[in-house]
Amino acid sequence: MSSNKETPIKTIGFVLIVCLVCAALVSISAVQLKPLQVANKLLDQQTKILETAGLLDVAGDDIVATFNKYVDAKMIDLDSGEFIEGDPLLFDERRNSRDATKSEKPENDIAGINRRSNDAVVYLVRNDEGEVNTIVLPIVGSGLWDLMYGYVGLESDLNTVRSVVYSDHKETPGLGAEVMNPKWKALWPGKKIYDDKGEPKVHLVKGGAKANDIHGVDALSGATLTSNGVTRTLQFWFGEEGYKPFIAKYRSSLGKGGVN
Amino acid sequence: MASETNKVLTKPIFDNNPIALQILGICSALAVTSSMANALVMTLAVVVVTAFSNLFISIIRNQIPSSVRIIVQMAIIASLVIVVDQVLKAFSYQLSKELSVFVGLIITNCIVMGRAEAFAMKEKPGVSFMDGIGNGLGYGFILMSVAFVRELLGFGTIFGIEILPLIQNGGWYQANGLLVLPFSSFFLIGFLIWAIRQWKPEQVEKD
Repeated sequence: MSSNKETPIKTIGFVLIVCLVCAALVSISAVQLKPLQVANKLLDQQTKILETAGLLDVAGDDIVATFNKYVDAKMIDLDSGEFIEGDPLLFDERRNSRDATKSEKPENDIAGINRRSNDAVVYLVRNDEGEVNTIVLPIVGSGLWDLMYGYVGLESDLNTVRSVVYSDHKETPGLGAEVMNPKWKALWPGKKIYDDKGEPKVHLVKGGAKANDIHGVDALSGATLTSNGVTRTLQFWFGEEGYKPFIAKYRSSLGKGGVN
Repeated sequence: MASETNKVLTKPIFDNNPIALQILGICSALAVTSSMANALVMTLAVVVVTAFSNLFISIIRNQIPSSVRIIVQMAIIASLVIVVDQVLKAFSYQLSKELSVFVGLIITNCIVMGRAEAFAMKEKPGVSFMDGIGNGLGYGFILMSVAFVRELLGFGTIFGIEILPLIQNGGWYQANGLLVLPFSSFFLIGFLIWAIRQWKPEQVEKD
């Protein structure tokens, strides 16, 4: 322990050097690994969308090629329901919903999202003949602990559910986190979103849905608040402030001879 | 020399376990032990961070001015943790989604800081590196043991593979909801400490 290392100049110099070295280390790793991280994130998202569309078995190990072959990502304006120009890859719902110029407060915020992005990305999934047979719509809403992000896959009538897949949530393991359980996900196919009057009726039923209930799905046992969150998220996103305008526009364009 | 390195490596696993004897790093042991996979990744992350922070701090131990040594240790540890987090994000995105928060909290894991201050500041780089690995493994041993019990009895699985078929999946096992929640680790760690001290009575504190 030499005495000369304790002068203030030396101490400051030493700290500066350590900081520089550490900063360099962190920056290099962040910059070098960035492309891999971005690719991972995209891959994760594409995997979830393919799962929602029921194409995960078709895809096998080749998620990206399958996604590019079958899935068409399009930007829409939620209020008007029209397709708009824009690069879906650059769209970031989480960033937009924090930006006051790109989002607004929903009037009836039952999903508890606070702000809703003005735009959204929808995924049109085609079959081998090139017809759109599934539409995947991203959803977000409060669960018990935090926002839950997921996708709903609709059949081409835009009313029948193909699947509900949550991608990102912080619910309690074993209780609310059962939204990821394949057995629960298997309850969704065939359920109808809207009733005869066009109101979103889909909901979870505590104690179990009746066999002939076309709008009801079993709630998650022991997770009432998560289940309520799922119901409200779906009712919000398929309501007036969610995808309803888009679904109406899309349906009428189908009547006129299809969209592309 | 070889036997001394060995001792540094193995002693923290049972004789001087950072969690069981020094009662350090409990918080993360509660949080990440709900599944074996999470516990394993967390163990690897802590082993890497502790080993390399010990190594780097030991290399510059004679240059570090003692007035700012804690800050310097902190800067090194924090940088390593960020690098580990970035690597995890790049190579194991699924796990990083679940563990990112806890990996960030390795910075505040007392084990890392404790070994830097208590060991690496005095000893040579090679042996410090081994000490870091040893302590990381000691931490990991407790983590894996707790995670084993929690995942097996809480979810009926080990590393996600079904061992006890759950009632809701058509089996016979009623999952224990208590073990799913983080605080159940308190009991399990308590039992582990008791078991280790029964086996090695010299660890029991004198009144």
